Amino acid sequence: MTESLAIRKFSDLANPTCFLALAERVLPWLAALCCVLLAVGLFLSFTTEGDYQQGDTVRIMYIHVPAAWLSMMCYSVMALSAIGTLVWRHPLADVSHKAAAPLGAAFTLIALVTGSLWGKPMWGTWWVWDARLTSVFILFLMYLGLIALNRSMDDPSRAARVSAVLILVGFVNIPIIKFSVDWWNTLHQPASVIRLDGPTIDPEFLWPLLIMAVAFTLLFFCLHIMAMRNEIWRRRVATQRRLAARMAGRGD
Amino acid sequence: MTHAFYIVTAYAVTAAVVLSLIAWTFFDGRARRRELAELDAKGLRRRGTAAPGGAPSP
Repeated sequence: MTESLAIRKFSDLANPTCFLALAERVLPWLAALCCVLLAVGLFLSFTTEGDYQQGDTVRIMYIHVPAAWLSMMCYSVMALSAIGTLVWRHPLADVSHKAAAPLGAAFTLIALVTGSLWGKPMWGTWWVWDARLTSVFILFLMYLGLIALNRSMDDPSRAARVSAVLILVGFVNIPIIKFSVDWWNTLHQPASVIRLDGPTIDPEFLWPLLIMAVAFTLLFFCLHIMAMRNEIWRRRVATQRRLAARMAGRGD
Repeated sequence: MTHAFYIVTAYAVTAAVVLSLIAWTFFDGRARRRELAELDAKGLRRRGTAAPGGAPSP
């Protein structure tokens, strides 16, 4: 009984009209919470102490690390949506992975640029072709490829199915990015926050980092919900225009 | 502040990308709302859906 109710609730949410109503209610709260956390995170980012080795460049970490996490989380959201497209053929899943791709590309770009701006003063170079940096660069190219693919096909459901297959094939890059620093000898340092034995960084740096990470995650979900809503409206406009053209054709 | 150029550039690039993303999403949504409202004004509406800001159509 409870299970069927839960399934019905989930399928109600998956209905585009219900999704639009829910988005209207949720977005202002999500945006407000994101702004508050972003303000607190930025305040802490510039008021906490610098690192004894890195100096003030540690402040770049408070935007670089959340952006890098989001670049992988966004692709994981797209992979889950791709399963929704291929297994349940649900139109909202198509909308979800199409809307997420530009956001993923933007956060990956931020991670690459801020990483490079940290690398120059700390490593002495803007870029090295080590496993972590190269795999993240490939992720960026994959996002661009998926955006181009979606825009090159007129039929949205066909584009969604082709994109979904490519997204799932490309998902192999996510564990490669995560574990590249353990599997290969990289210039990029290994994980210092998400570790089995707990974070190894000082709380002075951990707090601003975590608050900025939550703020960036909320920003992603705000933008994703907005972009999904735009895509639903875009498809409705296209459907109504087709309908209008058909009606005009019958009238001739 | 040590290495101010790198820190300021990193935050500026991040702000520019995030603000562009927010603006693009917001203006895209506004344009779609306007298109739906125009179609609605012409009497073209999907069955069972509400016009933006209006009551559900019969």
